[in-house]
Amino acid sequence: MLEVTEVTKRFGGLTAVAEASLQAREGEITALIGPNGAGKTTLFGIIAGFIPADRGSVRFRGDEILGVAPHMLARRGLVRTFQIVQPFAGLSVRENIAVGCQLRKASRSAALRHAAEIARRVGMSELIDRPVGALTIAGRKRLELARALATGPRLLLLDEVMAGLNPAEIAEMLPLIRSIRESGVTLLMTEHVMQAVMSLAERVYVLNDGRVIAEGRPAEIVADARVVEAYLGHGAAERLSRHHGGRGAHA
Amino acid sequence: MKTPGILAIALVVVLIPLPLLVHSDFWLHFAIMTLYFGLLGQSWNLLGGYGGQRSFGHAAFFGTGAYAAAVLQVDLGVNPWACLLVAGLFGAAAGALVGALSFRYGLRGSYFALVTLAFAEVFRIVADSVPFTGAGVGFQIPLRQTAANFQFHEKAGFYAVILVLTALATALAWWIENSRFGAELVAVRENEDAARALGIDVNRTKLWAIVLSGGLSGFAGSFYAQYFLYLDPRIAYGVEVSVTALLVPLIGGVGTVLGPLVGAVALRALNEVSGVITGDAPGLNLVLYGALLIGILAFLPDGLVSLGARLRGTRPLGKLGHA
Repeated sequence: MLEVTEVTKRFGGLTAVAEASLQAREGEITALIGPNGAGKTTLFGIIAGFIPADRGSVRFRGDEILGVAPHMLARRGLVRTFQIVQPFAGLSVRENIAVGCQLRKASRSAALRHAAEIARRVGMSELIDRPVGALTIAGRKRLELARALATGPRLLLLDEVMAGLNPAEIAEMLPLIRSIRESGVTLLMTEHVMQAVMSLAERVYVLNDGRVIAEGRPAEIVADARVVEAYLGHGAAERLSRHHGGRGAHA
Repeated sequence: MKTPGILAIALVVVLIPLPLLVHSDFWLHFAIMTLYFGLLGQSWNLLGGYGGQRSFGHAAFFGTGAYAAAVLQVDLGVNPWACLLVAGLFGAAAGALVGALSFRYGLRGSYFALVTLAFAEVFRIVADSVPFTGAGVGFQIPLRQTAANFQFHEKAGFYAVILVLTALATALAWWIENSRFGAELVAVRENEDAARALGIDVNRTKLWAIVLSGGLSGFAGSFYAQYFLYLDPRIAYGVEVSVTALLVPLIGGVGTVLGPLVGAVALRALNEVSGVITGDAPGLNLVLYGALLIGILAFLPDGLVSLGARLRGTRPLGKLGHA
């Protein structure tokens, strides 16, 4: 579905993404994790056409898409959400979602009707006529997802949809994301909430300092010493295993 | 009641039979100028209200339409009614030019406002120096009062024309509120990045908005030329037209169908009152406009159309720009 090959992006002297490669397979949930500043959002921006890459290739359903404008990608079925939610602030929930629906529906009234259906799907039916300003963070994250879903995507890029949610809200979000996959949409998500990654993703890529340092199934990833070090610092993996070993001896 | 219902009833009951009910030239002139302000305001509203691209130079489109209509009929003998249509096209073309250049380079907010102001000024200076506009002397359309010549002996004729044009502009605003294009335009106003991510071609959407807006201003320019039969660069491309175009919707209600009409009535009424108060001292009406604008922005930022909702204690949703 999506094939990213050796993509590099520099901002002046800073290399935000360095020869990063990853794949998202059709029908699966692929997660991209990594510490803050690892380059996840930049890589997302490149894939979705918002940020030009310096080098590399991004293929979507077989076609090279580097340099294709974001709105053209959305029309082809590649749609992103934003980590920092970007609602249409002056509009209601229904009107927000309807903008997404409008991509595949020429008629305004059909789009507004379809928006109600999408809202029901993401559990926002009761909020549908609220102004966006009245929504909680969880509500806005959900709206971000609903709007992207309304465009009828094939590949959905979710940028930290769980960030800022409390455990109960995360627990509500998990089945929603699963149901999106069940409906045949391929997902690529960046996520900090490991609970979400572990329970959702089929495949995980770990980005650190702009490089992909590990890939594999979620269980493999959390056991990977390089990943632990990327998050907790140099030598952490060794200290941890020693610590665990010590505890084992006590027991 | 829904907006189209209110408008349809107003049209049938009051506006269409008005020349039969009112025989005073004073009141017909008042009605004509109010509708003319409404047309200018609606033109600005399409781009600035729904699209959030607030122009300070609608005179660039207005003046281009006005001069196109005047010069073509006088110097080239084109039928003035055809000139009206051509003026719309010229206004739209001026809009396309300004829009293509400023949207291409991502100018937004006050930068866009400044660039449109600059365009209007450049056009004014050009009109001041080229021979076919009559330059500073002005351009006169000879008086030949026949309907075929788009000049009327009775004011009722002009009234009918401006009523049709303003109704057209208002229908366009209503269409925008109920169409895919309008939804996309409002999305662009609210958040360009989010709009882009949802498949909207942001620049193209803004360009169509400025083309439509410019076209309506072109019509207004042509009408002005026929009604007053005189143009000079300060009338056609001066700041007064630009300010009127934005003041009308700001006072009435930005990004609403009725706002520009309500604003036009308010401004024209204020204009007449100020004439009485200040004894027609030039420029003092502008002081009153300013005072009204400050009052509106301070106490009714969503314009006069929000007054009803404000009194009922509810706030209308969406549709409204951020002042």
